[in-house]
Amino acid sequence: MAADTPDRTLRLKLRVWRQRAGSPGAFEEHELAAVPVTASFLEMMDMLNEQLVRQGREAFAFDHDCREGICGMCSMTINGMPHGPIPGVTTCQLHMRNFRDGETITVEPWRARAFPVLKDLVVDRSGFDRVIQAGGFITVRTGSAPEANNTPVPKTVSDEAMDAAECIGCGACVASCKNGSAMLFVGAKVTHLSILPQGQPERERRALAMVKAMDEAGFGNCTNYGECQAHCPKSITLDVIARLNREYVRARVKEFFSTTGKPRKGGD
Amino acid sequence: MNLDAKIPAGPLADKWANHKAKLRLVNPANRCKYHVIVVGSGLAGGAAAATLGELGYQVSCFCYQDSPRRAHSIAAQGGINAAKNYQNDGDSARRLFLDTIKGGDYRAREANVYRLAQLSTSIVDQCVAQGVPFAREYGGLLANRSFGGAQVSRTFYARGQTGQQLLLGAYSALSRQIGLGSVRMHPRHEMLDVVLVGGHAKGIITRDLVTGEVKAHSADAVVLCTGGYGNVFYLSTNAQGCNVTATWRAHRRGAGFANPCYTQIHPTCIPVHGEDQAKLTLMSESLRNDGRVWVPKVAADCGRPPADIPEERRDYFLERKYPSYGNLAPRDIASRAAKEACDEGRGVGPAVDGKRLGVYLDFSASIARLGEGVIRERYGNLFDMYENITGENAYRQPMRIFPAVHYTMGGLWVDYNLQSTIPGLFVGGEANFSDHGANRLGASALMQGLADGYFVLPTTVADYLAGVGLAGRPSSDGPEFRAALKDVNDRVARVLSINGNRTARSYHKELGRIVWDRCGMARDRAGLERAIADIRGLREDFWRNVRVTGGADGLAPELERAGRVADFLEFGELMCRDALEREESCGGHFRTEHQDAGEARRDDGRFAHVAVWEWQGAGAAQRRHEEPLRYEEVQFSTRSYK
Ligand SMILES: Cc1cc2nc3c(=O)[nH]c(=O)nc-3n(C[C@H](O)[C@H](O)[C@H](O)COP(=O)(O)OP(=O)(O)OC[C@H]3O[C@@H](n4cnc5c(N)ncnc54)[C@H](O)[C@@H]3O)c2cc1C
Repeated sequence: MAADTPDRTLRLKLRVWRQRAGSPGAFEEHELAAVPVTASFLEMMDMLNEQLVRQGREAFAFDHDCREGICGMCSMTINGMPHGPIPGVTTCQLHMRNFRDGETITVEPWRARAFPVLKDLVVDRSGFDRVIQAGGFITVRTGSAPEANNTPVPKTVSDEAMDAAECIGCGACVASCKNGSAMLFVGAKVTHLSILPQGQPERERRALAMVKAMDEAGFGNCTNYGECQAHCPKSITLDVIARLNREYVRARVKEFFSTTGKPRKGGD
Repeated sequence: MNLDAKIPAGPLADKWANHKAKLRLVNPANRCKYHVIVVGSGLAGGAAAATLGELGYQVSCFCYQDSPRRAHSIAAQGGINAAKNYQNDGDSARRLFLDTIKGGDYRAREANVYRLAQLSTSIVDQCVAQGVPFAREYGGLLANRSFGGAQVSRTFYARGQTGQQLLLGAYSALSRQIGLGSVRMHPRHEMLDVVLVGGHAKGIITRDLVTGEVKAHSADAVVLCTGGYGNVFYLSTNAQGCNVTATWRAHRRGAGFANPCYTQIHPTCIPVHGEDQAKLTLMSESLRNDGRVWVPKVAADCGRPPADIPEERRDYFLERKYPSYGNLAPRDIASRAAKEACDEGRGVGPAVDGKRLGVYLDFSASIARLGEGVIRERYGNLFDMYENITGENAYRQPMRIFPAVHYTMGGLWVDYNLQSTIPGLFVGGEANFSDHGANRLGASALMQGLADGYFVLPTTVADYLAGVGLAGRPSSDGPEFRAALKDVNDRVARVLSINGNRTARSYHKELGRIVWDRCGMARDRAGLERAIADIRGLREDFWRNVRVTGGADGLAPELERAGRVADFLEFGELMCRDALEREESCGGHFRTEHQDAGEARRDDGRFAHVAVWEWQGAGAAQRRHEEPLRYEEVQFSTRSYK
């Protein structure tokens, strides 16, 4: 690799998706010169937008915020790959040293039925929030928590919960799946909460409610392509989907048997 | 301007309990009749909205991102402090209080800080119950690490993603309330004004960032938790959307702005690499637990690969200057020391604009002692991030770091109840000025945001609501709301009509350069005076010459940017004026005229106060007021980490 200094620059051809709400959308072509290899992909997009504004043209709308790979806001499909070609990296952490001088780069929004395009590269991911609202939590009133060290959690369990909890909710899993399935996202949350002792009381309720909300939000089925795992910027694995399936079946079985039991007495 | 801090009477340790016992309550059956607006869904806003919803109030919560889970609290890496004393190393609420007062260089309010230290333990309990996967020991109990400015280990952490995990906890509590219908969430909404009716805050004006609709919302009380203003420097560790707009608009409606010149420059960030850079990335302070900071002893060695520079030719300058805290010296001190080394020509890394601005953070000793696996487990994600950005592997060669703008201690003035000088307008989290004085210690912002959001605001907002009663909420099409709507719409029309030849970003960059050079790590009278004149000129030019394309209908990223930059251009001037008037050095505010051989020299006789600025109308200079800091328990002393 050539020396990595801002002096080494690229000339690029960009094909960028342009779409207004309610209309079909199309690619627009632009050339951009002197892109430093040390720039991030979004800094390159900033350069393009600056060039457009200087020419009196409209900038591309794209989602981005923290630019350090954790907020989950950035959401570009780059050369057909959500978050681009480097595994385990969000769009904002992708750097231009991974591209060649003279290359043509295609930039599109997430493509998924459950994520309608709002404008250009910006999509509506509110379906994810609705899934969490349905059950992606542990009910604990502020102020009612017991002393933190009263419940020991084995380090291995806590580490496994953390592996799943690292999900940033960006939606690359959905965008990369042929079926537009959200199983990796939902599986990560269900895994995180269902293996911790604190998550036990709502374990079945949570799995059932989240799966129901997932279906209602228009996400597709999982047919084990595994693309989600390959494009997840946090390298969340298919294990969480296996666990989600197990948790769901377990909850259905428990639900079945609990409805055949005696009715409970009311409280006072 | 009334600056009564309403600090409760009685011994420091009993103040909060006594105060709570006296605050007025709202009957549970009546709570749903009150409507509270919470702007912000970070740790402070998310926790406040969730808790107020849980208590039964009708809550509307706003954020500019597409989901409340993406507030910039998500980016906090290192950890959250709590005086649990799980390590048996002598910690207590009192010690956390003392560390925070000293860390803030004796410029914070005693009573607030003591309350914060007391609440810290409940925060950790709450988060663990929510399922936050904090790091644990093999026995299953919670683990801790050390952070700067403390000699105890009291920081709780979740790998290098503590903020993410805490925010996901608050977001899950908030989501539950949204699902139950007690909180109405408005993502992709930007607050552009506060509306006052009869002198009380009774609503806000927002722009729907998707449809472009500008709309008025009324409420019985308004809570701002909109984060810090670090992006006035253009390059910072803040998210791109972080802004001063929400607090600045409140200031223009009468809320006092406190200590705007107190900004924190964090020592461990990745150095600037070029002109088109839009963002600086923090490498958590926790790295200083295992990394040693050094530069070559002589400038001639600076171009050599670090491995070729022998031990005796290296200057571990923090260990040399501050032997008792070493690499864990507080941020302001560590940052200045790095700047000094670079100013002496001993910086490392590629030169940008002819200067090498970087120092080494070296893990080789720790890797040799603990093994690469342990270091990977502690900081793996940070090392990966470093490699993504720089293309360098920090397991093999030292990281290069340099200070960057990170946090803002200044903010809207609030009393002990977190109420601003506008009745009914409460401010929590980084947006207020309250707890960190002139310098914030690591792992204390997450603690403060959650203390404000979970525990303080729900109690004090209730007291206000009980006081104003149920007749208070005006309709959102009253005259005050219509006037504020008109103001916002006029401003949008004005900025779109200029159609000049410079982009909003170019103004932001230039503003950033002015304040970084003259109101950054070192400040002096001449530089600040020039900065003020330059900012005024830049602001005038902006309103004559900015070009905003894309209109105002629907998603309009250039319009959003221009609005935020316009407010930074007003705020930047106030920040410099505050720095100019504070003729002493304290914490992150270092006036080169006031020093003892590189160490900050405070002037407690003249400046043991909070400076609070009052808006006097467009075109007029703000008026400066003072809230004296009276210490009952702590003695002023010279801060020493030697
Ligand atoms: C990179 C980084 C690392 C950090 N690490 C640590 C750490 O390890 N420990 C620690 O204690 N602290 C750390 N901090 C500091 C800490 O994270 C922040 O101070 C804290 O999280 C701020 O929380 P907040 O709720 O006040 O604001 P934020 O989390 O910034 O939330 C602001 C909210 O307000 C909304 N908002 C803002 N403006 C508007 C507007 N005009 N209209 C509508 N909505 C608006 C946003 O959408 C968002 O929801 C770190 C900070 C950074 C930048």
